[in-house]
Amino acid sequence: MNRSRHPGTDAIKSKGWLLAKKWLILRRFSQLSILSLFLLGPWFGVWIITGNLSSSLTLKTLPLTDPYILLQTLFAGHTPETTAITGAIIVLLFYALVGGRVFCSWVCPINMITDAAQWLREQLKISGSSTMSRRTRYWILAATLILPLVTGSIAWELVNPVSIVQRGLIFGMGLAWFIVVTIFLLDLLVSRRGWCSHLCPVGAFYSLLGTHSLIRVRADAREQCDDCMDCFMVCPEQQVIRPALKGQLDKNTNKIIGPVITSSNCTNCGRCIDVCAKDVFHFGLRLNNKVNDTGNNNKTHSNNISEQLNHSSGVEVL
Amino acid sequence: MSTQSTQTTGKVSLNSRRKFLLDSARAAGAASLVALGVGLYSRQSVSLPASAIRPPGALDEEDFLGACIRCGMCVRDCPYDTLKLATFGDKVTTGTPFFKARDIPCEMCDDIPCVKACPTGALDHSLDNIDDARMGLAVLIDEENCLNFQGLRCDVCYRICPVIDKAITLEMEHNVRSGKHAMFIPTVHSEHCTGCGKCERACVLENTAIRVMPYELAKGELGHHYRWGWKEKNEAGESLVAPDVEHQYNLPQGQSYDIQGEGLIINDRESDATPFGANPLETLNNNSLNAGGTK
Repeated sequence: MNRSRHPGTDAIKSKGWLLAKKWLILRRFSQLSILSLFLLGPWFGVWIITGNLSSSLTLKTLPLTDPYILLQTLFAGHTPETTAITGAIIVLLFYALVGGRVFCSWVCPINMITDAAQWLREQLKISGSSTMSRRTRYWILAATLILPLVTGSIAWELVNPVSIVQRGLIFGMGLAWFIVVTIFLLDLLVSRRGWCSHLCPVGAFYSLLGTHSLIRVRADAREQCDDCMDCFMVCPEQQVIRPALKGQLDKNTNKIIGPVITSSNCTNCGRCIDVCAKDVFHFGLRLNNKVNDTGNNNKTHSNNISEQLNHSSGVEVL
Repeated sequence: MSTQSTQTTGKVSLNSRRKFLLDSARAAGAASLVALGVGLYSRQSVSLPASAIRPPGALDEEDFLGACIRCGMCVRDCPYDTLKLATFGDKVTTGTPFFKARDIPCEMCDDIPCVKACPTGALDHSLDNIDDARMGLAVLIDEENCLNFQGLRCDVCYRICPVIDKAITLEMEHNVRSGKHAMFIPTVHSEHCTGCGKCERACVLENTAIRVMPYELAKGELGHHYRWGWKEKNEAGESLVAPDVEHQYNLPQGQSYDIQGEGLIINDRESDATPFGANPLETLNNNSLNAGGTK
């Protein structure tokens, strides 16, 4: 691995700029379109969607409600009206199907902030990072569900950057820019991918929601992997790639792990597909997760990458 | 060879277990810190500024903060731009809807679109008549500056009130200052006031003399054991405490007193004669003699 080289350089050479940024561009398009749809009303008086990510009404008919915030109202002891319940069920089914954290990488406006921080981190070659456990988010998720039980109010919404920033853009920012700056600096200076991949309970919730989601990234062509590490460099959840890419041995079943990235922490952002010059990855279904290649081959790959990972301080694997 | 390998894997799993526990403890610690901070902050933010009024049908503040998901759809469906969403850093809980009556009061739409828009029922959907809304209670808070209290006929709050002559009435009182005029005192009746805030908006003073306040600030509450005697008596038809004793006036024979009617009634013209003689001097002498006698 050549660390001075920007990840994706080979992919741009072999596939062309557009194909090497395909999913990134689509993702930005999705994030910005969704935000624009919400902003069309307040800015131009075109009311396609009213509300915000917490709850919205599209074309005056389709209700959508964030199941995470609705869960918090339930824990606060409130029985919601059917509109909110219907909206939450629609959202639940959608993300349970396409991958919970699709919300994180395709919808959430904070993702653009943390991606920007990560980009700058690479440009400035900031490699130090405080090591937080990626499980911290699940503890925070638990805390945000206990708080309404204790206080009777949806306490997390007082500080939730995801909803505060999106709501702020639509209804007025107030001091919400401070949150944007704080998250940016956290990800830039304190911890690599600190917010989205370690702390955010919204992401943790959607992670759990997408545990059995149908749409997954697959490393079907994993034997073509040349260990260039580009996918690891761009991945916000680096730990999810290795089992599927390297065909590690599953300790529980004692079998070689199949090519599907099954971890629900994977955000289905598709960046690994973009930057891989060897076209190892593609979007697919989680079905048919069988091992086609020989075990020996994988073992050597596995050892290879582990050694490299141990030597590269810039990459954190938990 | 095989024992050696099991030993090393055992060591590895012990290390990884220790690492797992350590990681978990750190994560739990961080999460509890977050929970503590947010929890304390949430307790503080329960107090709503008195000038911020919740939309019609809003649940009690504590329940409201557990039910409102901060989507802002009530704000969007308000045709008069009355409702606002609190921004981050506002004194009102972030993302929750409110209005300031002095800026834009509630116009009390008959179809109550804000309540209909609420997906969770933080604005109670059972509210179907806007006159039943109790967003707050108007209070004439500054009698010293209210023009009507000076004997002037401003009457603006009374005139603008959507529930005129029920929620606000003008009560005539004697104007002590001039000694010969009347004062028309705007009087709010909680039975009918919805707390829309139109009176507060309309008040002509530089700083409004009448304003909508949260119920718990605006309204007193009687001790639960307390009963108004006259109301109980009216209902029962008689006094419940003790039988009424008819008031007795100690009047000279042949005279009576009607407190609600004629006043002093002299029944017997014959007994007009007083115990006093025609000559006042005689009377005086008699009295002084009597006084001297007792001495």
